[in-house]
Parts: sequence; structure tokens; C-alpha cells
Amino acid sequence: MNQQVQRLAQGGRIDRSRPLSFTFNGQTYQGYHGDTLASALIANGVDIVNRSFKYSRPRGIVAAGAEEPNAVVQLGASEAAQVPNVRATQQALYDGLVARSTNGWPSVQKDLMGLVGKVGGHFMPPGFYYKTFMAPASMWMTYEKYIRKSAGLGRSPAEADPDIYDHFNRHCEVLVIGAGPAGLAAALAAARSGLRVILADEQEEMGGSLLDSHEILDGQPADQWVAGVLEELGGMANVTLLPRTTANGYHDHHFVTLHERRTEHLADCAPASAEGARQSRARLHRVRAGQVILATGAHERPLVYAGNDVPGNLLAGAVSTYIRRYGVVPGKRLVLSTSNDHAYRAALDWHAAGHEVVAIVDAREAPDGNLVDAARQRGIRVITSSAVIEAKGANRVSAARVAKIDIDGFRVAGPVETLACDCVASSGGYSPVIHLASHTGARPTWNDALLGFVPTLVDGVHAAGGAQGIYSLGEVLADGAAVGARVASVLGGSAEPLTLPACEAISESPACALFQIPHEKPTLRAPKQFVDLQNDVTAAAIELATREGFESIEHVKRYTAMGFGTDQGKLGNINGMAIAARCLKRTIPEVGTTVFRPNYTPVTFGAIVGRHCGELFDPERYTALHQWHVENGAEFEDVGQWKRPWYYPRTLSGKPESMHEAVARECRAVREGVGILDASTLGKIDIQGPDAREFLARIYTNKWAKLAVGKCRYGLMCKDDGMVTDDGVTSCLADNHFVMTTTTGGAAAILEWLELWHQTEWPELDVTFTSVTDHWATMTITGPKSRQLLAELTDIDLDRDSFKFMDWREGTVAGVPARVFRISFTGELTFEINVQAHYAMHVWKALFVHGEKYQLTPYGTETMHVLRAEKGFIIVGQDTDGSVTPEDLGMQWCVGYDKPFSWIGKRALTRSDTARRDRKQLVGLKPKDPKVVLEEGAQIVFDPNHAIPMPMVGHVTSSYYSPTLESGFALAVVKGGHDRMGESVYLPMVDGSVHEAEITSPIFIDPKGERQHV
Amino acid sequence: MFQIYCPYCEELREEEEFHPKGQAHILRPADPDACTDEEWGDYLFFRDNPRGIHHELWVHAVGCRKFFNITRHTVSYAILETYKIGEQPSVTAEPSVSEAATATDDVRQGVRA
Amino acid sequence: MSNSAMSRVNLYDTRADHASVAAETPLAYSLQRSGAPAPSAASRVVLREQAFLGHLILRGGAIVLDEALREVLDIGLPGRPNTLSWDASGERSIQWLSPDEWLLIVPGGEAFAVERQLRERLGDASFAIVDVSGGQTLLTLEGDAVPELLMKSVVYDVDPSHFAVGKGVTTVFAKATVIVRRSGESRWELVVRRSFADYCYRWLLDAGEEYAIGVER
Repeated sequence: MNQQVQRLAQGGRIDRSRPLSFTFNGQTYQGYHGDTLASALIANGVDIVNRSFKYSRPRGIVAAGAEEPNAVVQLGASEAAQVPNVRATQQALYDGLVARSTNGWPSVQKDLMGLVGKVGGHFMPPGFYYKTFMAPASMWMTYEKYIRKSAGLGRSPAEADPDIYDHFNRHCEVLVIGAGPAGLAAALAAARSGLRVILADEQEEMGGSLLDSHEILDGQPADQWVAGVLEELGGMANVTLLPRTTANGYHDHHFVTLHERRTEHLADCAPASAEGARQSRARLHRVRAGQVILATGAHERPLVYAGNDVPGNLLAGAVSTYIRRYGVVPGKRLVLSTSNDHAYRAALDWHAAGHEVVAIVDAREAPDGNLVDAARQRGIRVITSSAVIEAKGANRVSAARVAKIDIDGFRVAGPVETLACDCVASSGGYSPVIHLASHTGARPTWNDALLGFVPTLVDGVHAAGGAQGIYSLGEVLADGAAVGARVASVLGGSAEPLTLPACEAISESPACALFQIPHEKPTLRAPKQFVDLQNDVTAAAIELATREGFESIEHVKRYTAMGFGTDQGKLGNINGMAIAARCLKRTIPEVGTTVFRPNYTPVTFGAIVGRHCGELFDPERYTALHQWHVENGAEFEDVGQWKRPWYYPRTLSGKPESMHEAVARECRAVREGVGILDASTLGKIDIQGPDAREFLARIYTNKWAKLAVGKCRYGLMCKDDGMVTDDGVTSCLADNHFVMTTTTGGAAAILEWLELWHQTEWPELDVTFTSVTDHWATMTITGPKSRQLLAELTDIDLDRDSFKFMDWREGTVAGVPARVFRISFTGELTFEINVQAHYAMHVWKALFVHGEKYQLTPYGTETMHVLRAEKGFIIVGQDTDGSVTPEDLGMQWCVGYDKPFSWIGKRALTRSDTARRDRKQLVGLKPKDPKVVLEEGAQIVFDPNHAIPMPMVGHVTSSYYSPTLESGFALAVVKGGHDRMGESVYLPMVDGSVHEAEITSPIFIDPKGERQHV
Repeated sequence: MFQIYCPYCEELREEEEFHPKGQAHILRPADPDACTDEEWGDYLFFRDNPRGIHHELWVHAVGCRKFFNITRHTVSYAILETYKIGEQPSVTAEPSVSEAATATDDVRQGVRA
Repeated sequence: MSNSAMSRVNLYDTRADHASVAAETPLAYSLQRSGAPAPSAASRVVLREQAFLGHLILRGGAIVLDEALREVLDIGLPGRPNTLSWDASGERSIQWLSPDEWLLIVPGGEAFAVERQLRERLGDASFAIVDVSGGQTLLTLEGDAVPELLMKSVVYDVDPSHFAVGKGVTTVFAKATVIVRRSGESRWELVVRRSFADYCYRWLLDAGEEYAIGVER
């Protein structure tokens, strides 16, 4: 059962001494080390590998590389290891590999959708989705579920991926993509100049076409030359070889993303390294190159004939590759249909393998190249001026119908001969792989002599060999070496010119332009002729699209889905354009061109994410006191990247406090005793220079000219549009020396803001700014007992008359040099102790030793918010949103209207819109029901009985329960709110209820500010 | 992902190290209070959005923290020069206006797969 | 007059007496929580924290600062962008951060005295000095795999052929910011901000696993 029926006894690059077992669609098979999943499936005679996307037709393997449209499988033995969208042609075989067809529901052999597919030609015309599933739009989700299930776009694992992935940032002078003959020659030529060279190749082995070549280089099989070059490159310190690495995206300025599959050839999940370390399964190399050489080769174009999708239809080149590289023959009896000499190799290889070549069907009148002669010498029948017009068979090709064709007249020109066979190989010539060049935005150009698009190259990008339409081996090697040497010399490197290996010359007769093959019936009535096998786009669909008025190839593509998805039109795009051109009676370049997007092949999300996941997803910034917070049970809140203690729930009789309970307790401690807050996250900027004071006056809304040494002042900062952007306390340390505090989240942006103005507008001001956020740890002790507590630990005179509110003093706290600021964000007597962060834990713990008798209570950001909101202190970014002026906040006391310099934001305050009386203004809200805590963000209306839509006049910006007021309370912005004190507003809620609240002053506690002055 | 020559660090650096800050050479009016609302509104809100040569202000945020200017082609994304604050750009027009413009148009129009 | 110049800034020694005050490095919590794998023969990277050094930011004109530094510490200001130089003992370094900004790192306890001496020499010149010792820490990385470890972490080109000994740059490290310096053939340094130190440390342990990273304590 599990015999490798199509495996040759010898030949190929596989290791027959290392058999491997694998499972496909539940069946167990054997293959060999060196196989791809595709070659092993062919060896085992597996014809059907998938069901097609739209018509659910059986499909087999067509190609041997990245261009494979059908053999797209779901990989993975376990749920966690599931990988969708793997091309069987690119997946190395390993022992225990488990794969399934992506399409086919419930199975590829018996397909439910097949029923639809059989008649689907009528039900599924181009534009099918747009026409069928559009209405009603609400049903789309339902349709989509079934379309996806039946179309089988693969599925992601439902369990966490056990593997790790990572990124590597690389820089090089020369990046060579593709290690076929052109790439190897180019890399060697460049590398010998000593430049840093990276050579990336997507296959299991480097060598490209030389690995299955017939040709002799320097009297040796070509793969010997490959081995020699790789050995030399491998020994050079300036060269990095990256096999199993696909260049998937070409981004700006020669930034190329390479996707290296590191362990996918070994097992489902990455095995540990020899040293026992985890290995990354895939690695994304982010390469910045000086110059890039595209040696990506060419993809063979299939011919478009009826029944060309039946399993057993292959690309001619793929047939050669399977025979020569993997020692498998995909059938017994071959018919080859070709437009060129090169494809004759498939027939010669087939013949050499001892299998029957029924005929070579050549569209040309009198082909006469060396390969043609070789075929004739072997007695192979060559039928000229003809083509396979139809492949017959259901689940496997059973015959080829061959006829003379009139290419220009697009018609069958003679009687049809039916040749029994089980394999049809076709070749319509070659398309340079121009995907990466396309990513740069450059439009490729059509070359009539080459019958293909060649890449247009932006500065610094070069193409070599097949990638620019050079196909004969000798010329490819010479081109690669020349491009490599040219790039090296552009970059200032020089080296001895490469001695190229001697290479036999093969004469080839010219190819003819052949895309779609005519059938006896017109295209619309002929059996399906497939253009894009992955997306099930037929020649008829393209013809229909042109008849329906789609003239631009862009529209045709979108209408038919040609080149969509993971296929990216590798095989089909040129044929599709040729058909559109024929229908529109234009030339191919007149119809348009084709541009490809990244990624060239699918990239696993893991590789994109790298190590930026789990605990390393994003930086967590910690203060010097973080460990204490953790050990004392703090719940944390994210503030920017900082982890800040949110509240400290205590466990009372075995039950942890709720946040509400903890916050109420913490609030009371501050209002009645003493609390402590870790305020280290506040941004701190050291400002020095003779013009520091002038700078502050320009950047802040209020006055700084007279702030004395030893004093602190609150400041508001606006953008030049007059909107508040930050606030904080700035202290005068000495005449030319200040320290500014910013909001936690704004620290970096404000430092950049200060630099912006200094560097671009006022470079004449002698002032410097340096972040000292991390240098200082800040501990805020606040509450009526804070002075008593601090007095036990400091040599600073804390007397209320010598150390006043808004003063700062130097001295030691717990033996540590400190700056202590008497400023307050709670409205209570407060001391902010700043020490070098190394000593923060020492000071903090000392405060708790002495604080025990005062029941010193740590509090977090939630309590901080409640306490400051009770005092009407704003939080920029919460109570403001970039559309709020100082006047909207009622903070005219903080605006220096008569300062000599027109400070940032001043002019905008008198613009007509900014000066409106009915702007949204900051007010307090007191709910009529004290138990209600209004929702932050809730919309405010004046008239709750107004018909919907009600005019909305503002919203709640901050809202809490106050244990001191024993009521909910809120800050809000309300249109014209400053003139509406005492009025009622209404807040309609989602559940239909309406809250009523009274507009009040935003200051709820101690309006005269006496408590902070004690 | 751009690669940008920092005129202060005197080398090419990765885009991740920089922040773009909008159009370059926007001068704050010397006497804001003498500006009409319209003039002030122009200064605040109105910026060019050319197809082609554009002068931009950037800052080497993760690096030397210096602001500088870039002349960039908004179609090809080529960075034609970088220069320090206070200096004027040397590239202010397409190399050969008509040709380059057509060439770029051609190059950029195509079918997106 | 230098005396009046001195009085126009607040010069304050924020360093405590380490004999009586317990100081904690920015890695104190990380070492406890994430551990510190012991270096072994297989370790291709060894990490070590140079704790409690003096870190000073110098701002001003290159010529005056260069003169003052030579007089006070016998180190010349590095002339080229993104380079650093050391004094004869190798214990003190000065690094270019920006055309008017340098990072001076001195042994622990010296920062205040150095700042005072520099201020005295610089007198009325236009300059600034800021002590940031509490806000950052220096990590050394030693071993043949350090460049690879750094390639997994920073966007800057750290290929040893491009990143000579004596080079130092501020750049992106994972999603944070660090200063990367090369102080020897196989010896590199990272200057890490205190609040990001735990993240950077965990990143280094993770990225270094394949090189059997060890942490010397």
C-alpha cells in the first residue's frame, strides 16, 4: 500500500538510506530524507492533493517551488502546531510530518461542494461574490462562514503556539536574493571584494536550477561547481549564507525582510539545541542593504488549455525537477506541449528515466535546436505547429487531445488526435520573478523578444540572470558575475574578475508567443481552461469580464479574483493579461501591467511578532519602589508604559477589600492622618542656563520672572493653538537652574517639545534641558500628620513659617540627601521627598518604620485621582483632550495675559472660535442621588425630554465616589458651564435611565485651600 | 522603513530612531499679536501636501535628540538631502521636471495584486 | 566670576553614605525575580552590572569642555560623533551623545567632586552639568556572541567590522532605548535607564539563552 510507486531506483538528491514516514489526509506514507512533501506525495502516487477554491475540482501538484498553486496544505500533528498555507513543494519532509488538504469539505476524495462545482460554471460566474452574496448585507457573516469552510483558506491553531520566534537586524553592503547560478556568481564576485554580503535562498539547498541541471560546468556536473562556490563563500568572514530563507518584502531604502525557516525541516515544533536551549522556529531578518541583487530566476508559464487543471497536468520544468532532483516520475506516459526548446528537457528526462514519451507537441512550425535534435535522435515523436488543446480525465489525466493550431487566428487548424497518456507537461515560456522589484513601486516593462515582463529597477537594485530574462546557463553565470562585480565597484570594492566555469553552448530555436490554446469550441463554451488555478479563474471568466466592460486589467483582476491571496499571480497573471489583450484586441503592454505586493509567500505571524510577545510584549517601566509595591499586595495600573500602584487592597478577616473599600480607606487616611504615594513616574526635566527663566515664560502660560530661589510654581503649557497640553510644578533651584515636572505620560513628549522650540525658534536662548525622571525617586507624604512624620526623619526645619506651601528645601531624609517640595495634589499638607533613586527603598522603608504610629497608609493612583478631583485639580489627558483652553478650565489665574513675550498659545486664545462664550467649560457635577457615580464619558444634555437625537452639550471627564463627601461627584465639560452654576443637567444612560446632576464649582473640598497651608 | 542620514551624527540611521514633525520651514510669526485670525490660522493649521519634493522637519529622537530637515520625494520616497536647522535646502525642484514627473508616474501606476 | 556662576545653579551632592544607607541598583528587583544564570564554560555572553557609577551629562561647547576635562580628569573630549574615550586607567569615560552633549562616567562617589571641579574650571562659560547617576546603570557584555545578541536586540549596525572599539551610540533596543558602546574586542557596554532596566534585563536573558548567557554577580 505504502510503496513509493513512482520512485526511481536511483538518482536524485534524496537519501534512500534515510526513509521517513509521514501522514497526508490520514494516510501514512514513506518518503526519503531530501524529499519535499510534494515529491514524496508524487512518489506515492497521490494524484489529488486539494479541491479547488470555487468549483471544488480535484487538483494535483503542478509545480516544484514557491509558484505551486494547488498543493497548499495545513501542517501540524497537534492543534498547537497547526500551520496553514504551506506549499507542499516548499516543505521539506521530516519523520512524523502530518499534513492535510486545505480545501475540500468534508474530504478531497468525496466533496460536498463538488456538486456545486459541477454545475458551478453557471452559478459561479466572475464577480460571483459581489453578485450573489451582497444582499442582504447582514447575511454576509453567515455566507462568509460557509465560504471559508468550503473554500478552505486554512485555519489558525486554537491552542497557544509552543514555539518561539525572533528577529535579527542585519546590515550589509550587498544582499543577493537567490542562490541559483546568477546569485552564486554575483555573490562570489561581490564577496571577493571584501564587502559584507548576505546570500539568501528559499530552498532547502542552495544552487537553484543547477541542482537538477543537465549541464556540465568545467567538465563536472553543475552541482559540483555549486558545492565549490558554497564552500568558498562559507569560509569568508564577510559572507552570511541564509538557506531556507525567503525574501518576502522589499521596503523603502533597500530594507528587505527575510523569513528564515530554522527548524521547519526538522519537526512540527522546534527541537531544543544541542546545548538544550530553545531554538526559534523561524527568524525574521530585517536587512538594511547598500545594494540589492535580485537573482530570483524565472517561473515557467503553463499553457492555458481545456482541462489543464486535471491532476497530471504539470509544468515541464517541474517534471524535470521531480525526476532529476527527487528521483520521482509523475506518471508513466508523457505528452509535452511547448512553445520553446527549453521544455524539451522534461521529455528527455522522462525518456532517460525509462518511461514513455508519447509525443512532444510543439506549437512552432520548424523547431531545430540542439534539444529538439536530441529528442528526435531518441525516437521521440515531435508534432509541430500543434498543441494539446484539451486534457481528458476526471481524477487523473487519461489522454491529451492534440491538434494543429493557428496562433494568430486563434483557432484549431486541423483534425484532433487523441493520445492516451497520464501526464501532460506544458511550457509557454518563462516569466522573470519580478515580485521584489515590484515592491519598490517600479512598474515592470514588457519585453517582446522575451515574451515577458522584465523588472524596472530603482536606484541600487539590480537583477541578474533569469530575473531579467537571461536564461542560457553560460550567459546567466556571466551576467551574475558581471552584476556582482559592478555592484562591488559602485560600493568602492574591487576584486579580481571571477573566472567562470566552462559551459557547453546549447543552441535553441526561438520560442513563439503562446498563452491560451484555442479549442474547437469558443472559449465561453469550451471545457474550462484555467488561468489561475488557486483562485479558479478561467479564460472564459476573463473573456466575460472584458465583455461586461472591464477594460483595465486592474478591474479584470478584481472582478475575477485573478492573482489574489497567497498565490499573488505567480503562474496566472501573464496568461490572464494575454487573454484580456486578445479579447480587447490590444497588445499586452496596452492592457496594463502587473505589480505585486509583499509578501511574496505567506509569513507566519510568529515571525512577524518575534520575541515581542508575552512578558516581553512591551516594556514595563518600574520605579525604584516597585518590589515593595508587589510585596505589599498592590494592584497595578498601566500609565503609559509605567506600572503604577493602583490601590493596596488589605485582607480583612480572610477577605480582600474591594477597590471601592480600599480607596475609601486610603482617602480617609490622607484626609485624616497621613498617606504616602510613589510619585516617581512624574516626568522631571533639569533646566539650566541664564535664559532658563525667559524660556519658561515663553513655554508656560503663566509668569516666571519673579519666582524666587526656593520657590515652586504650578504651570500650564499650551500648544500654539491655545489648547492645554501639559501641566506640572516647576521649582527654582537657583537663579539659572530649575526643575520642571511633567505628567507621567507626557515626559518624553514634553522634553521633545522644549527642544523643538529651543532648537528651531529660539536657539539664541542659553538654556539646556536634561531628563532626570529616572534619577530622582519621588515619595509624596500627605495628610495632616505628614509634618509630624517627616520631622522624625529630617534635619530640615519644617516650621510652617520657614517652610511654606510652595517652597522647597534641601536636607537629609533618613540620612539620604533629599530635596523636599511643599506642594500638594491632594489639598492636604504635603511633602514631596525626592532622593536619588538608588536610596528610594531605604527612605521609603524608614518612613514606614516611623509612620507606623501615624498609621502611614500607602495609596495608589485611584485614591490620588479621587483626592485631586475633590479639589478640582485637573489631569491633562483626562479632563482635557487637546480641545480645552486654560480659560475653558477656569484657570485664568494661571494665564499671564500681559507677559512681554507672546507665549506659546496666547495668540490663539483670542481667535473667534477660542473666545466663544459657549465653549465647553470645566465644572463640577453633583448627582442628585448621592449614591450615583456617573460614568466617565457619559454625555450631558440640558433637556432629557428632547426628541432623539438630543443636542449633547458636554461629557463627564472624571467621576468617583468621595468618602469625605459621602457622595458621588464628577468633573465635566459643559457648554457655557461657567455661567450655569446651580443648574441641572441630565445624563441619559444606555439602559434608558436618566441621571440628574447639579452644575457646581469643580472644587468640592476646602475651596479656600486652607488645609494645604497648615 | 526609511534610512535617514542624521546631519549631526554624520551617518545613516534607521527610521525607528526618528520622529517626523511635519513640514519644515514653518516660522512662527515674529509678532503673533499683530496677526489677523486668518494669518494665525494659516500658521497653525495649513500645510503643503505636494506630489514630489517636500521639505520636512524630523528629530533624531532616539539618538542625538537634534532636529533637522529632510528633502524628500513624496512619490519615490527618496531622501534627496538632509540639512541642519537654520540651513536652506539645496534641492528645491525635480532634477528635470517634466521627464522625472512622467517617469515617476509611469513607474508608480500598475496593478496591485 | 566663577563664584557667582557657581551660585546661579544648585550644586547638590545627592549621593548618600553607602556604609549607612542601603543602596539598590536598578537591577535589584530583576535579579531576585528573574534570577541570574551562572556563567559556564558554554557561555558565549557574560553580563555584569557596573553598579553605582557616577553618570554626568555635560552640555556646552566642545572646546571649553575639552579643556576643562583635560585639566580635571586628563581625558580629551571625543572629537567625532558617536565615539568615546577613556582615561589612562580605563575607569573614566566620556562619550559623545550630541554635538553639545556628552556622557561622563566616573567611579562611584566621584561624580559630585568632578562636577564641582568642572564647574570651577568652566566658570562663566556657557555649559550645564547634570548628575543622572541614580537614573541609569552600566551593563557590560563580554563574549564572542555579543554582536549576535545585540543584532537580536538593536536596530543599529553592530557588526564588529562596522562598530569599532571606542564607538558608542544611542539607539533602539527592543522597544526601549539604550546606549551601546564597544569597550574592547569582545567587550561591549549598555547604558540602560533605570525604569527600563528590568525589561532590558529580561530581554537580554531571553535573547541570550541560545548563547548560554551567564550573569556575573
